[in-house]
Amino acid sequence: MKFTWFNLMPWPYLPDDFRQQHRSVWVDIPNTLYDPRKGHHVYHTYLDQLEYAETLGFDGIGCNEHHQNGYGLMPSPNIIAASLARRTSRAAICVIGNSIAGYNPPIRVAEEFAMLDVISGGRLIAGFPVGTPMDTNFCYGQIPALTRDKYREAHDLIMRAWASDEPFAFDGKYNQLRWVNCWPKPIQQPHPPIYIPGGGSIETWDFCLDHDYNYSYLSFFGYLRGKSLLDGYWERVASRGKDESPYRAAFAQIICVADTDAEAERLYAEHCLYFFNRCLHVFPPFADPPGYRTMATIKYGALAQLTLARQKILENLTWKQLVDERFVIAGSPQTVRQQLEECIKGLRIGHLFCLFHNGDMPDWKTRHSSKLFAEQVMPHLRDLWPEWKHDERWWMHPMDDRLRPEERRPGAEKSGAEWAR
Amino acid sequence: MKARLVETKKGTRCRVLEAGSGAPLVFLHSAGGLLRDNPFLERLAQRYHVFAPEWPGYGESTGDELLEDMLDFALHGWDLVDALGLRGPHLLGHSMGGMIAAEMACLAPREVGKLVLAAPAGLWLDEHPIPDIFAMLPYQLAEALFADPAAGQQLLTGGADLSDLEALKEFYLVNQRRLTMAGKILFPIPNRRLSKRLYRLTAEVLVVWGSADRLIVPVYAAAWAAQLPAARVTTIEAAGHMLPYEQPDLFARVVGEFLG
Repeated sequence: MKFTWFNLMPWPYLPDDFRQQHRSVWVDIPNTLYDPRKGHHVYHTYLDQLEYAETLGFDGIGCNEHHQNGYGLMPSPNIIAASLARRTSRAAICVIGNSIAGYNPPIRVAEEFAMLDVISGGRLIAGFPVGTPMDTNFCYGQIPALTRDKYREAHDLIMRAWASDEPFAFDGKYNQLRWVNCWPKPIQQPHPPIYIPGGGSIETWDFCLDHDYNYSYLSFFGYLRGKSLLDGYWERVASRGKDESPYRAAFAQIICVADTDAEAERLYAEHCLYFFNRCLHVFPPFADPPGYRTMATIKYGALAQLTLARQKILENLTWKQLVDERFVIAGSPQTVRQQLEECIKGLRIGHLFCLFHNGDMPDWKTRHSSKLFAEQVMPHLRDLWPEWKHDERWWMHPMDDRLRPEERRPGAEKSGAEWAR
Repeated sequence: MKARLVETKKGTRCRVLEAGSGAPLVFLHSAGGLLRDNPFLERLAQRYHVFAPEWPGYGESTGDELLEDMLDFALHGWDLVDALGLRGPHLLGHSMGGMIAAEMACLAPREVGKLVLAAPAGLWLDEHPIPDIFAMLPYQLAEALFADPAAGQQLLTGGADLSDLEALKEFYLVNQRRLTMAGKILFPIPNRRLSKRLYRLTAEVLVVWGSADRLIVPVYAAAWAAQLPAARVTTIEAAGHMLPYEQPDLFARVVGEFLG
């Protein structure tokens, strides 16, 4: 198993009556609720936590892209990843990822991801989400019906830019570039591992399988609800004749560890409820513009998750419900071990994106939970997939002789005044 | 009105309502599509040979994937005119249909009889931003579209009750498909730079607006008038954005008086 410590970076100062006063945490949330001076401390606290996660032995540290919202403060995940690349040297840097349909031209993503891979010594995991409709359509103005087409073209351009050793012309429908010539190119060849974060769209499964990319199911509604969806994915894997390596799939899970189950509630309940009640408070139409989901996906059953119904779920949540329905895996190390094992085996996943910081959780609690997990849970779950132990197809392949930039300080003596040849 | 399927050269298949006799008049519907009942078309069919095609993505019409941008839409309008075998028809476009009709007329000004634009989309005024129809809950649509939202809701859903979950799902699915198509020329801002081309119009133009239009407010009528100094501009009282449906008699009379 690979464990990635993920920080969504929510704004922790949403008012108590946020839900009553505002229709959405995304798109049209008043930006007067943001305070840049507090934001300075927030960013550094969150970045410190990601660096701390590496020292705890997590395999990866993760960030992602969202716009105009109080749910996640990373409009540019590459800026976050760049700072992590300079302050860490062991963990994979998982950027899950850049919403490539919104970049103009998307060659920018090929360049920046290559920069990150080079600076980090080959530690980049490259995610290519379509982006939430809030981000891609309402904030970045992409036409919903054409978003997936534009996404595919952006993907093709980026992959070709990484693969090609010579300049080429790209005559796309959305991007016409006479000279494509990616400088720099990534260390990892033929390319960094590609992760495709998806909700429930079946087209995404086929896209992942066509290219052997990792499929990352990112939901906050836990593994009990995620199971039917992942079952569908694995059926698709089987019917396509692909091997069943659990590393083909990743799942995100909110995790809270304390000494006892009761202590977990005392420490973390309010912060998880903050997350569900405020950070997920999205005006339903922003989450489902016409054309973002294909009719095939809507008919596949996603109507059952009509956003209105989902909003209802969020309105009256209690800690007991969060825990009983496994939206949150919380409790003593033993409880968390047992439930996570059920989650990992039930979903058949090789990668877990672990969410320890939730809502307005203070730094010390976040670290406490992460440390207990690293020491008392993670070691017991490492070898759940012994038959796939050596499957590294969906993990980083860094340089052996990479630098440790976090140990180099300005003014420190440099070894060798010449460029190595 | 009788209905038939028409296939265009491009390969779309469109259901076309047809009635009446006289000069040909092609009606292009709004982003909401034709409703179950379209009484203003029946009124107009007393004087004209009325054709009301349903756009791909609407009702039984197919070929959604063949149309992607404004030029595709406008040419598809002419493809339909060709497929129907019409010469120099009057064009009557409502809202999104008005935007398409105006584009058609800019592309081929001499192929149009007269042009009627009913609360057309296509222009944008920064000081009067048009509400985002792609970010509305089902029950909010009627409020934006009708002077009388309660009566409008009935028209919009064909009488179905949106508090019933099954009816809501049905409406949601159909509406998602329609607006998927409409979004290609209306999202995120319904302005595809038509104003750069309007100078080409040669046909006589009537711009007609509902005085209680809350979606594209009547100020836009003045913006069209400024773009088309020769156009006649008329306002219909007690009508919102869905003026052909809210005041069918008056609407048909105003259009008829203009077309002659």
